[in-house]
Amino acid sequence: MNDPDSVHDAPVRRVAAQSTTAQRRGAIVVGASSGIGAALVRRLVREGYTVGAVARRGDLLDALQEEMKLEPGRVVPLVHDVGQVDEVGPAFATLAQEVGQLEFFVYAAGVMPAVEAQEYNTEKDQLQVQVNLMGAMAWCNQAAMLFHSQRSGTLIGIGSIAGDRGRKGNPAYHATKAGLATYLESLRNRLSEVGVHVLTVKPGFVDTPMTAGLEGLFWVISADKAAETILASARRRFWNTRYVPLRWWAVGMVIRSIPSFLFKRMNI
Amino acid sequence: MSAAVPHDALSDLLVPSSYRFVEGWGMVSGAYARVLEPRSREELQAVMATCHEQRIPICLRGSGRSYGDANHSTQGIVIDLRGVNRILGFDAERGQVEVEGGVSFEQLWKYLLPLGHWPSVVPGTMAPTMAGAAAMNVHGKNNFKVGATGDQILELDLVLPSGEVRTTSRQQDPELFRAVIGSMGFLGCISRLVIQTKPVYSGQVRVAAKSAPNLRAMMEDMAAHVGDADYLVGWVDGFAKGPALGRGLTHIAYHLKPGEDPNAQATLQVSHQELPASILGFPKSEVWRPLRLLNHDRGMRLLNSVKHFMGKREAKRKPYLQSHAGFNFLLDYVPNWKFAYGRQTGRGLIQYQPFVPKERAAEVFERILELCQERGFVAYLGVLKRHRPDDYLLTHALDGWSLALDFKVDPKRRGQLWDLCDAMTEVVLEAGGRFYFAKDLVLGAGAFQRFLPADDLAKFRALKRTLDPHGVLQSDLYRRIFEPLDHPGPLPLTDF
Repeated sequence: MNDPDSVHDAPVRRVAAQSTTAQRRGAIVVGASSGIGAALVRRLVREGYTVGAVARRGDLLDALQEEMKLEPGRVVPLVHDVGQVDEVGPAFATLAQEVGQLEFFVYAAGVMPAVEAQEYNTEKDQLQVQVNLMGAMAWCNQAAMLFHSQRSGTLIGIGSIAGDRGRKGNPAYHATKAGLATYLESLRNRLSEVGVHVLTVKPGFVDTPMTAGLEGLFWVISADKAAETILASARRRFWNTRYVPLRWWAVGMVIRSIPSFLFKRMNI
Repeated sequence: MSAAVPHDALSDLLVPSSYRFVEGWGMVSGAYARVLEPRSREELQAVMATCHEQRIPICLRGSGRSYGDANHSTQGIVIDLRGVNRILGFDAERGQVEVEGGVSFEQLWKYLLPLGHWPSVVPGTMAPTMAGAAAMNVHGKNNFKVGATGDQILELDLVLPSGEVRTTSRQQDPELFRAVIGSMGFLGCISRLVIQTKPVYSGQVRVAAKSAPNLRAMMEDMAAHVGDADYLVGWVDGFAKGPALGRGLTHIAYHLKPGEDPNAQATLQVSHQELPASILGFPKSEVWRPLRLLNHDRGMRLLNSVKHFMGKREAKRKPYLQSHAGFNFLLDYVPNWKFAYGRQTGRGLIQYQPFVPKERAAEVFERILELCQERGFVAYLGVLKRHRPDDYLLTHALDGWSLALDFKVDPKRRGQLWDLCDAMTEVVLEAGGRFYFAKDLVLGAGAFQRFLPADDLAKFRALKRTLDPHGVLQSDLYRRIFEPLDHPGPLPLTDF
């Protein structure tokens, strides 16, 4: 054991292996088959990102993958219903491993079923809680754990100006978007100390399947324009909550300051 | 075609999982991995058996307090044991506590103290799990007197990769027991332990400080108290040169005897043990930020000098009383103190802790301190402890001393720092010294071979082949120190 000459051919040290995924830039978008989610996937892939695209409808993901075939980045499609929270751990692990160094995580899945003025429909409400809120928590928890451990990354949640107040229209939609904003605020406060940014996006009216056929819309922007603004603010890290487009910030200020005794009499 | 969410064998177990960057405590080594967190022994068995069948490498992890690469792996999955953390029972008459492997020292002492007991051995932080402490055979400031963690363990359950559970103790399958303590998680997962605790008659210990002008004086001070002290620890200023080389401060602590503490009822409460909430006016969770500003050679030279002169004053005081937690868990005073070494990729710290036989310790440590100064890498923190030998198969223990040195890792000078460590390793090995893998990140298989007797190593590898026939239990540490001996390249396992 103490004969030094006999072992000098063995290596005295080997530096511990470093991560091999550090070179590739990756993103994950949940709710990627249409609307703002799909627009974000397109923009990121054009910039060269490998993007994990999660949605319930596989045919739309396939079409998106086909469309992006010649772009510098790549789409990694994954079919998943965000209501299945048990699947989220393995699904996230699969995608995160595939896309490389995760820079952006976007939760863009959301549903807003039509609700009549006098309709109190628990089934519709439950669906909205599952997709808009529970799914967001299951996925963002995973992203938060990864971002916290690697001490970098940007987590983006698509909320809504509808979350600013509980209006008459669709109580559960307002409630889930308000819940999402508060949940994201907590994540932001937890993650900021390790340099991770959490951005809550509050889009106004965006031309997407969700708003198709609705009347009385104004200041409507395209999903691509919304995606451009979202990515720019995510990178600039100035806003914690970003209204898209910015003029909705002023509207939000006004709406949030209306006292309830007036608000309940108003028809908005 | 779009893929659906994979339904692999591990997902079907429905054990909470995440995918994250798993790093050693020193932050300079790590790997992305899928982390599974079993919540019971049954879930742990199921995860291990599945990995065994599917040939998926498993890295066992507790609180992740090992400084180097013992707790992460570039291949396979990581099992985080902290969810298997029930305290199963306490035999007050014998002072024996039965716990699951994921129970932390914090849980344990908070449970024991109001019952008038204290864990016989605790490390410098209360975060580690009991299974992790047993697997690395961690020690405390009383190593010279009561041995390390393994010496307090009366019995343990080991979950083998096949899912089978083996119970072992000094009486039952003693060969296995000797191998499991200090086995670094390469033989199986420790799911249950019976631990001998120590009755205490106060929530406080009596501490005396003694300032030492240099290393030899400090070692003489400590050696003089080996017979009577309960705890001995020396702080070393790595910056001092010449006749002051290795100057520092010794703390000598004693347990109180029955009746010595008139307020024993009160001091034995957990609330009495609270660590200070703020330090010099900073809330403790933020203290690493001002420390960050001092984290360079000039700042640390200043800090170490200030500590030395404060120590001289402290040594003039009469012995004082300090809570058990306050005395033992120095590393917990400043949460995330490691962030003072920088949080950017590649920055962090390594701890280099050689164990040297008592006859040559002074000379070796002096040489090491000089080497550091010559090469321009002075340790920002040095800690001197006295140890005693034990009979575990992969032991680092010996009748001698250890000097733990914390080095800042700057990615630009990483290679030079590793070269310095190689040079120090030569000095240590030549003197018959050993190393401790809870701390190490720099040794290679060659060095490992040189301090462990060849037949002990052969015994361990034979046992590993029997208990873990597919070789699934591994970590980056395993591949660094064992694999070059066993295999020419990585194991032929499916990447997961």
